[in-house]
Amino acid sequence: MTSATLRHTIWILRGNPVTAIAATGALALCVLAIIGPSIVPYDPIASDVPNALQPPSAKYWAGTDQLGRDVFSRLVVAARLDLAIAASAVTLSFALGAVIGSLCGYIGGRLDRYVGRFVDVLMAFPLFVLAMAMVAALGNRVENIVIATAIINLPFYIRFARAEVNVRRNAGWVEAARACGDSHVSVVLRFLLPNVLPAMAVQVSLNLGWAILNAAGLSFIGLGVSAPTPEWGIMVAEGARFISTGKWWLVAFPGLALMLTVLCFNLLGDGLRDILDPRMRT
Amino acid sequence: MSQLAITARRAGWRFLSSAPALFGVLVFTFLLMRVLPGDPAVFFASGPTAGKEEIELIRKQMGLDRPVPEQLVRYLGDIGSGNLGRSLMTGQPVLSDLKSRLPASLELTFSALLIALVTAVPLGVAAALRQGSGIDHLVRFICALGVCVPTFVSGLLLIYVFYYVLGYAPDPTGRLDIFASPPPAATGFLLIDFALAGDWEGWRAAARQLVLPALTMALFVIAPLARITRAAMLASLGSDFIRTARSLGLPPGKIIVTYALRNAILPVLTIAGIVFSTMLGANVLVEKVFSWPGVASYALDALLASDYAPVQGFVLLMASIFVIVNLTVDVLYGIADPRVSVE
Amino acid sequence: MNALAAIAPAGRASADGPPLLAIEDLHVAFSTRGGTVEAVRGVSLSLRAGETLGIVGESGSGKSVTAFAVTRLLDASGRITQGSIRFRGEDIARASAKHLRSLHGAAISMIFQNPRAALNPIRSVGRQIADAIRAHEPVTPGEARARALGLLKAVLIREPEKRLDAYPHELSGGMCQRVMIAMAIACEPALLIADEPTTGLDVTTQKTVMDLLAEITAARGMALILITHDLGLAARYCDRVCVMERGRVVEEARPATLFGAPRHPYTRRLVAASPTATSTIADLAVSETANPAPEEAKEPSPLVGEGWEGGMPPAERGRSTVTGMQGSQAHGGLTPLSLPRGGREEPDSPATALRPAPNQSPGAPLLLECQKLIKRYDRDIVAVAGVSLSLRAGESLGLVGESGSGKSTLSRLICRLIDQSEGDILFDGRSIGAIPARDFHSSEFRKDIQIVFQDPTDSLNPRFSAFDCIAHPLRRLLGMRDGAALSGRVRECGARAGLPADLLERFPHQLSGGQKARVGIARAIACRPRLLVLDEPTAALDVSVQAVILQLLDRLRREDGLGFLFVSHDLNVVRMMCERTIVLQNGAIVEEGESGRVFHHPRSDYARTLVAAVPHFEAGPAA
Repeated sequence: MTSATLRHTIWILRGNPVTAIAATGALALCVLAIIGPSIVPYDPIASDVPNALQPPSAKYWAGTDQLGRDVFSRLVVAARLDLAIAASAVTLSFALGAVIGSLCGYIGGRLDRYVGRFVDVLMAFPLFVLAMAMVAALGNRVENIVIATAIINLPFYIRFARAEVNVRRNAGWVEAARACGDSHVSVVLRFLLPNVLPAMAVQVSLNLGWAILNAAGLSFIGLGVSAPTPEWGIMVAEGARFISTGKWWLVAFPGLALMLTVLCFNLLGDGLRDILDPRMRT
Repeated sequence: MSQLAITARRAGWRFLSSAPALFGVLVFTFLLMRVLPGDPAVFFASGPTAGKEEIELIRKQMGLDRPVPEQLVRYLGDIGSGNLGRSLMTGQPVLSDLKSRLPASLELTFSALLIALVTAVPLGVAAALRQGSGIDHLVRFICALGVCVPTFVSGLLLIYVFYYVLGYAPDPTGRLDIFASPPPAATGFLLIDFALAGDWEGWRAAARQLVLPALTMALFVIAPLARITRAAMLASLGSDFIRTARSLGLPPGKIIVTYALRNAILPVLTIAGIVFSTMLGANVLVEKVFSWPGVASYALDALLASDYAPVQGFVLLMASIFVIVNLTVDVLYGIADPRVSVE
Repeated sequence: MNALAAIAPAGRASADGPPLLAIEDLHVAFSTRGGTVEAVRGVSLSLRAGETLGIVGESGSGKSVTAFAVTRLLDASGRITQGSIRFRGEDIARASAKHLRSLHGAAISMIFQNPRAALNPIRSVGRQIADAIRAHEPVTPGEARARALGLLKAVLIREPEKRLDAYPHELSGGMCQRVMIAMAIACEPALLIADEPTTGLDVTTQKTVMDLLAEITAARGMALILITHDLGLAARYCDRVCVMERGRVVEEARPATLFGAPRHPYTRRLVAASPTATSTIADLAVSETANPAPEEAKEPSPLVGEGWEGGMPPAERGRSTVTGMQGSQAHGGLTPLSLPRGGREEPDSPATALRPAPNQSPGAPLLLECQKLIKRYDRDIVAVAGVSLSLRAGESLGLVGESGSGKSTLSRLICRLIDQSEGDILFDGRSIGAIPARDFHSSEFRKDIQIVFQDPTDSLNPRFSAFDCIAHPLRRLLGMRDGAALSGRVRECGARAGLPADLLERFPHQLSGGQKARVGIARAIACRPRLLVLDEPTAALDVSVQAVILQLLDRLRREDGLGFLFVSHDLNVVRMMCERTIVLQNGAIVEEGESGRVFHHPRSDYARTLVAAVPHFEAGPAA
């Protein structure tokens, strides 16, 4: 089964170069997040004022910022923090959302209608504003960025799990499982969730990108991560002051890092959809 | 006639059903005011040197010594009577601050939505009609890329290109050049006010200031709009009733517009509502990048200055706008789709 | 009934003159990622003005593809590779898009399966009919509306003025099909093509729609091509019938000849497998099974909704989305009459199979008793309204009714999958109605009552192999652990259901419709239940697959002394399978009695209407 999945995955990747590239990129990002700080050429925090605001060169691949810090080194080191925030937020909302969503979807009835309605309403709310206010209320700390991002992601997972379970709850094989002696709980845990999780995994990948953008947006406006720490959103915010004077690299490179990261996870999500679809397997 | 009645009833029901969410937001903002680090009474005191007695007095005046439920009721009463407190930064009542800044935010958001819809819907339709062609690939590329670029980055890069490199755009600060004179205030929407006054030079100046921020925000939402348009149009074109229309020899234009597009508009409408509220959130970022004097940048400045009354007012304002947007979408949907009465 | 008189075979079609439509050596191919696949290979047929031609065949026979090729409405991936389609003498296989548009609706119209989906959901039916008129005739909107009203009257829609402004969702399925017919005949085309026009409609609705279609084509001198999987329907309404198999026409004749004395072996099998008013289970299969090739996994092709043989890589099969030219009846395999490897599928000896009912005596103990069962859903919808019934051990009880009659709800109540609102259910004399459905999984009776579901695809967990599906109740209900005993038992159950051991490792998407049905049956009998509830077990299958599955079920019942509660909308099937039959309408029993009596001498009006609506053909001596 596992080797079949692996073979299938390789088969898919071969026929789907875009997904293969995205997967490689995502993997590289994760590796970078782990080993990044030990391979960078310069200290990402120590300032070197004489070399401030250097454009990109062979010495400083992505130029230097207003304190003379190497932008490239800061970019690489920041990967860990950005990915960690997004990953923990998404994990939190995924776990909660899957459980709440599938229970609502399976139980149905009034509870489901109320939860569904509430989630719909919440999703239509300007979520970034909500996250902003939450960070303000809970305190300007990284943990709270994670919590806020997790909460604004939650409705998507609840809705998704709910919809996926809902279309399956009356399927013949669910009723058959009950006729074969499974209780409701066992049907949800052993039958519905395994069928729903692949689709949710796709959602996770797509959402990871969104979570990264949200977290970066929050630090761009000055919430969460604070100044000397290398983080993509803050780097853009600091660079913003110099854009009118043409110091483009301060914004462009962290922006590019954000964009490529999100692109990788989005494309990977699209590819995962194909790989995890059991009907594709032969 | 009855369709209208059904739509009205549906909209009313939806309004009621968003009431719990609205109440939730109220409680949330209440907690925001209460839970925040520090004592609210301290903020409202005359200054950092205020004596203990003065703070105690303010505490009494604000009702902070009462039990929490009673405070909540009083708080709701205050909100109901339009008392959102006073901003520490500006020294003005929050309500009047918000009132004076809201048009700037709305003008920006509406222009961006207009640009986005005018671009995204034709792109999505074209991609669906020529599935697999060059334009389809282009649209899908734009969609994939568009959702990856954060607004604050695209905004800054637009400034770099159009202001610094090309010099087409004016100094990206505010709604109007410092030396230009504002139009007589009628609606607060500069483009409309200038037009009403017949001052076309001023109108152009305001438009030039508006283009970049509006474009930035539009870029952010073109991708989801084009994506859903393409998907909805493809689903619509592949459906049985299009086959029926073809089997009856209907003209292609009629099939595409009256049959396919009319049906595809429904999901686009739903997404447009969500997109609009996303844009309200993105306002925070765009207004900061372009120093746009709207409600979002006002709230952000207040937040960073630990001035919480404006933040609370802002969140409530967003909640009300969001209820209005939802209602509008519901009414439009009810008009566009006769099936809603089935529910 | 004068409609029937009007379409008396061979009456009105003029025998001389050039044919209206002449198809010669038509080949249609679909390009898939796995290569090109031929769905139609060399079809030739002709049709005279005013004639009604039936094209019958099972899924994958290419009958719908032929129709869509004639109207040039094939998917983008399908194209005519060879042959000509002459309509009034000119070849439309190569006509320009513009020319085709002038023919569509004005000269050739189509009527589709699933009428509700075929209509634009957000445009009133009056405007849709007007669109059809104005596409070909320069009339004002007012005139078009007036003519639309006339057409609604012509298709016998009640209160046509009101319906003019109705939307499709406000009309029933049968009404939608009438509107579709009105649109199709709006510009008086010379040729109507009806692709499974009544599949999915109730049998009484089917009759009214088909009678209307026959009447209209007769009155207006239109030629009709009726594409159907139902031999009875073709026999009743067509002047001539073509039988298609795997993209070819294998036989063509007048209905009486074709069904009375079929010549081609495939036609013979098809005719034999179709239940008639008098056939028995044993009649359903011919002993001279010509083609004992193994039944292989042949999925319906997603591209046209119909399957074809081979050509596509396995990965391709389940992958594409169903574009749905023909959705519902497409689950069967292609060579369903053939024997599965390992399984034995010989017809039972005539002695045991001629009559149902041999092995239970009136004295057998009551196995199941329902007392005044009532099931209410939200908003006071009553699905089951006070049903009392009883079933003796080893007896087979049929439950017939149209959609909305509550038969599926009743079967789920009896299986204890849902709770009744009122009433009680006794099993073996003990009340199982008192056990909430949510706790029934741990009841000792759980293994005694099992169910076989309608849609074989839907009833199997896509992530379980066939083996796991069958082993599931053994693990759960009998507490069997993985090991030789379990796999032995699974293999035994599989073999009894005609499932060769080498198919057990496959996943549902790798099995054909018939094989999936067998997995579902093997799972249901795995724990040796005493009562088997069969909820339309063959409704999604082709008629020849249905035949073998019915024989299999009948044999299992005899071998195990099972009690059957057989739920179906197909009256002939129920009559063959069951000793006693209950007719349900709106959740209540309207008639109950010995099957033969209910079908041949129905007492209630409703049962009479039902029986009269079933299209029959006379089974000939060749069966």
